[in-house]
Amino acid sequence: MNELNFDYTLFIPEFILAGVVVLVMALDLFVPQMRKSWLSYVAALGLAATACVSLAWVDDQTNFARIIAIDNFTTYFRVFFMAIGAVVCLASGKLVEDKLRHPGEYYALIILSTIGAIGMAASRELMTAYLSLELLSFSLYILVSYAKFDRRSNEAGLKYLLLGAFASAMFLYGMSLIYGVTGSTYYPDISAALAEGTASYSWALLMGMVLIIAGLGFKVAAVPFHMWTPDAYEGAPIAITAYLSTTSKAAGFVLLLRLFSGAFQVVHDDWSWMIAGIAAATMILGNLVALQQHNIKRLMAYSSIGQVGYMLMGIAGLSHDTASALVLHLTGYMVSNMAIFVVIIAWYNMTGKEEIEDFRGMRERAPLLAGVLAGALFSLAGLPLFAGFVTKFILFQAVTDAGYLWLAAIGVVTSVVSLYYYLQVMKQAFVSAPAEGEGALSVPLLMNGMAALLMVGVFYVGLYPQQLFEMIDHATSYLFV
Amino acid sequence: MHSGYWLIATILIPLVAAAVLVFVPDNRKDVVRVLSAAVGAALFAISTYVFFAYEVDQGGGYQFFKRIDWLHDVAFLGPHGISLTFGIDGIAAPMVLLTGVVAFGGALISWKIEHHNKDFFILFWVLVSGVYGTFESLDLFFFFFWYEVAVLPMYLLIAVWGSSSVFETFARTKEYSAMKLTIMLVAASILIFIGIFAVFNEAGQGTFDLQTLYAYQFDENFQKLVFPLFLIGCGVLAGLWPFHTWSPDGHVSAPTAVSMLHAGVLMKLGAFGIIRLGIQLLPAGATFWMPGLMVLATCNVVYGAFAATAQRDFKYMIGYSSVSHMGLVLMGLATMNVIGVNGAVLQMFAHGVMTALFFAMVGSVYDQAHTRDMRLFGGLVNKMPLFVFFFGVAGLASLGLPGLAGFVAEFNIFVGTFRTYPWAGALGIFAAMMTAVYILRMWTWTFFGTFNERWVDLKEMTYLERGTAVLLLGAMLWMGLWPAPFIDRIQESVRLLPGVT
Repeated sequence: MNELNFDYTLFIPEFILAGVVVLVMALDLFVPQMRKSWLSYVAALGLAATACVSLAWVDDQTNFARIIAIDNFTTYFRVFFMAIGAVVCLASGKLVEDKLRHPGEYYALIILSTIGAIGMAASRELMTAYLSLELLSFSLYILVSYAKFDRRSNEAGLKYLLLGAFASAMFLYGMSLIYGVTGSTYYPDISAALAEGTASYSWALLMGMVLIIAGLGFKVAAVPFHMWTPDAYEGAPIAITAYLSTTSKAAGFVLLLRLFSGAFQVVHDDWSWMIAGIAAATMILGNLVALQQHNIKRLMAYSSIGQVGYMLMGIAGLSHDTASALVLHLTGYMVSNMAIFVVIIAWYNMTGKEEIEDFRGMRERAPLLAGVLAGALFSLAGLPLFAGFVTKFILFQAVTDAGYLWLAAIGVVTSVVSLYYYLQVMKQAFVSAPAEGEGALSVPLLMNGMAALLMVGVFYVGLYPQQLFEMIDHATSYLFV
Repeated sequence: MHSGYWLIATILIPLVAAAVLVFVPDNRKDVVRVLSAAVGAALFAISTYVFFAYEVDQGGGYQFFKRIDWLHDVAFLGPHGISLTFGIDGIAAPMVLLTGVVAFGGALISWKIEHHNKDFFILFWVLVSGVYGTFESLDLFFFFFWYEVAVLPMYLLIAVWGSSSVFETFARTKEYSAMKLTIMLVAASILIFIGIFAVFNEAGQGTFDLQTLYAYQFDENFQKLVFPLFLIGCGVLAGLWPFHTWSPDGHVSAPTAVSMLHAGVLMKLGAFGIIRLGIQLLPAGATFWMPGLMVLATCNVVYGAFAATAQRDFKYMIGYSSVSHMGLVLMGLATMNVIGVNGAVLQMFAHGVMTALFFAMVGSVYDQAHTRDMRLFGGLVNKMPLFVFFFGVAGLASLGLPGLAGFVAEFNIFVGTFRTYPWAGALGIFAAMMTAVYILRMWTWTFFGTFNERWVDLKEMTYLERGTAVLLLGAMLWMGLWPAPFIDRIQESVRLLPGVT
């Protein structure tokens, strides 16, 4: 029983990804400039293939030296993060071609950060979790400032780096306090220590949890640690904005799920009120400030802050049910959000514009994109037929059952607020006519295809969630063993 | 027992039609029209069949029952956690028929839409499927699911195909009205949302199945607390005073078919929701709060009638008259006695067909004249006799002339109300008198008097409009002259409502 398992074959998917990283960087050196657009396909294919490989671990329940768990939860998020990575790589194609001389690095960083995100989902030990978090963060610091000659991108990168470093420091300090109180960095050991805990060191414990929540709150952009979000989102290349709002956020949440379910669930009452407060503030502020935005990236930044608020509710009332509901909502949110970003990227590639009013006449100029935009926005607002309705409903119901009806009520109210600003975007796309001389655009097949495929995903989650939810429910059951 | 697949067909056919329309090329407007007319006809046929096939002598329970599990045995959901459960009782049966009639009429009226008629019909059919779904669902989750489906296309339907108007002292842009309507309706559904969460949590049955929840005895204080959420949440959609303000503005800006569907069926969803979620789910809460609803409903009836009298715009007048007439529905529900609730359901049907006819007629003249100011017209009977006939009959139904649908319904409601709240009944009768004032005044302004030469080019209604009008008028006459099929169906089920005496 005390024998540690050092089975390196558990990491085969990550090894393959690392191989793809080396491959795209090497190809970048040898492939002539004009062929480099293929790199995005290589990267995406590598991610997709590895996602298939990682399915070999379905229903496995093992761990590597107790620090990394390979179970269905890990497998789910392996596939999840790799899928997002693949979509982002494909969507970046034109952007990278226009702006970068060495696109290999760009794709390599995306894949590296994917590995980091997977690590966050798999870690059952604080140091490992921290290292994975940093792998993700460092890749993102570079990616955010990748548009080297764009001032906004530089500013965004610097801001993100400074605040990110600060957040990491808080996270580390929190970890050290937890270690001091419980004498371990392993989640199960922390949990065991807390279960028999004495009240005398509860202040240090509380402080440790506060710092960890603050550090992770920064990662997922929860109020009041959200200040970097709009600037970083606006400055980053759009594909990276998409990546920030999906993988980076989801990774923060899976780390929170693993950590709080594995280590802190026994002292649920000590921290749930904190997260509940943050969730309420995040929902309210994110959605209200979004009303004021004119730039689509800033709008999506605040809308994603609002979404974080909904997801934090699931952490506040943490139980197996809410964890499942949270992951379901996370999945629906990812698909809808990616769909919107694919539309935004395609539109930006063709028009070079990113203000909300520049979306005018999209119905006439790119009907398929407009349709996907409408569906995905409705989904984010939580209207039926689309993913958002059922995922929000399940999440809010789970939160209500956990005793937080007031949080669910705030969630529903702010959802209506969000509908208002989503409708403003739709108004431009559908009601406003295109300006003089702006005719139909020819959207690349790849973008249309991706948008359509993601829309199918939105409908899948929205109309037939049984299998997905069962899978998720099964995956999250490993969190509470 | 009949097959529940008939009900599923009414939901699925419009949804499939919407999906198919996505793939029709933009320039094939003819295909869109023919397809939509065919879908409308099919829905009308199925709805009529369903109405007649509902068996009267079976005690008023749910028929056409069908359950398909959707999300079950996972997380907090037990067996049948969320299921596509369909079934209609004698209250839903006339509503299904109403939806069929109005949807068919709306599809025909929209034949002439030119601007992206494909998009219009996609949204239109999604709306229709949502309406059917709400009337036919016996699952709390899906009841609300379809309810929201019916609301979600409204913004685009009004903002894209609607019309902005400038009045003497104010203007109403279509975007403003569309946003107001959408936000008010969705904001109201916040309350329903919260109510549903609370109900599911309180019952702790792990299922959203309505029949299971109906069987559960909720704590009386809980019922008193939660009932207002459903009452106001659904009431907003039913035009409950003082939350009715989206309705007249929405109608003024909406395109003809959307006004028809909206006043004709969508507002009924609100009243229907009060029955399904309020009276049936929380009977003790209903008994406790119904006097309050009676007060508000009386305000509806009286205020709506007076406001309608003050209007000069066709659609504002009809919009406020809808507020007044929906008030009668709410009044009927608030009586909580069999005859009153009977009347309320009858009035839902009667008001549905007569406002649909109203809006169809207004659309017919507005599309040519591009104004709805009643004072600008005059002597239209010389130019458009058929139009005046249909519009006139709708007006007569509105003021409750015996032999037309409105009379049967209002009679029941007033009998019910006088038995419980005589003061409200008296005010209601007074408001019905006001209806005569504004309807007859509209006649003198527009139909009769000297002919205004400005309208010399006005043409009689198109054949499709005539077809629609005949359809709606037929339904109105049928209910007025031979209401037995309606009353038989409704009565049986109303008797089963808990708390209704």
